[in-house]
Amino acid sequence: MAISGDVLRDFSPEVVGEFHVLAVDDSFVDRKVIERLLKFTSCKVTVVESGTRALQYLGLDGDTSSIGFDGVKVNMIMTDYSMPGMTGYELLKKIKQESSVFREIPVVVMSSENILTRIDSCLEEGAEEFLLKPVKLSDVKRLTDFILRGEGKQVGGKRSQKRSRSDDFVSSLSTSCSSCDLSSPSPSEISSKKSRL
Amino acid sequence: MDHLQRKLRDLESTMIQQGILDDQFSQLQKLQDDSSPDFVYEVITLFFADSDKLLNNMSHALGQKDVNFKQIDAYAHQQKGSSASVGAAKVTNICAAFRSFCEAKNLEGCRRCLQQLRQEYDIMKNNLLLLFKLQQDIKTFNRSIPTRE
Repeated sequence: MAISGDVLRDFSPEVVGEFHVLAVDDSFVDRKVIERLLKFTSCKVTVVESGTRALQYLGLDGDTSSIGFDGVKVNMIMTDYSMPGMTGYELLKKIKQESSVFREIPVVVMSSENILTRIDSCLEEGAEEFLLKPVKLSDVKRLTDFILRGEGKQVGGKRSQKRSRSDDFVSSLSTSCSSCDLSSPSPSEISSKKSRL
Repeated sequence: MDHLQRKLRDLESTMIQQGILDDQFSQLQKLQDDSSPDFVYEVITLFFADSDKLLNNMSHALGQKDVNFKQIDAYAHQQKGSSASVGAAKVTNICAAFRSFCEAKNLEGCRRCLQQLRQEYDIMKNNLLLLFKLQQDIKTFNRSIPTRE
């Protein structure tokens, strides 16, 4: 534990600055808020308005005709649950069904409704966490801390599974930092601007 | 200037005391800084635009011959969500009641709720517009005395 802690402390300042979060929400207001929450915690943010857009951004929509998607690096996905078209749950499933890199991305589901069966199915499907809206600064801080440290703060069988995934994630994070620089700014800027409309 | 600041503070605390705004609004204020100096104003402006549209949609839907309660519930859900995100406590609570009436397909209940919703929304909107005006007045005052801190 001490060793991984030291490694993280060495990386911490630069890592957080390059921690790229993809946020998905169909609400204008919520997109604006989540974007600000994440930027305030020094994350790089891309905001999209639907699950479909999110998959397009990740290059998972089966339509990646041109680019070999090495450019876009996402460290965490935060998605609203209730969205028209593809729900956050469906998006979660699609991501977790992917092979390799994409499946390892932590996905956090947000919802204004505290429905136990909903929470359970998301966690079972591999969601990192289920957040109740409205999302607060402390939620986001806790999340980014949790993922960067690879710690499972909450106790439970499911959590231990996630802990091992987070550990893998952390080691891949330290090696993938250099590729963070390559992540194209223009798509995120465009997406952020779109979200402000 | 102190007088303006005091007025601003009083307005904020009154809105919170009366349950018009809750802690989530303070959360938004915490997110405002030099890198995003107009954040609260921007979110609330978005919220007003969103809400105006939703309220009109709800009115229109309730005026139909065959009322689509499911659709109205969807609007109320959206309104509830964005209201909660900006800390509009009273409006959020009315939306919750509204959804219950939608579920029960209670047309009269829905209509009364919408009326209440509009009233509370207007009160909140007017107060927030006054709040922004006070903030702007303070900024303007500060700019007019460049030699002071």
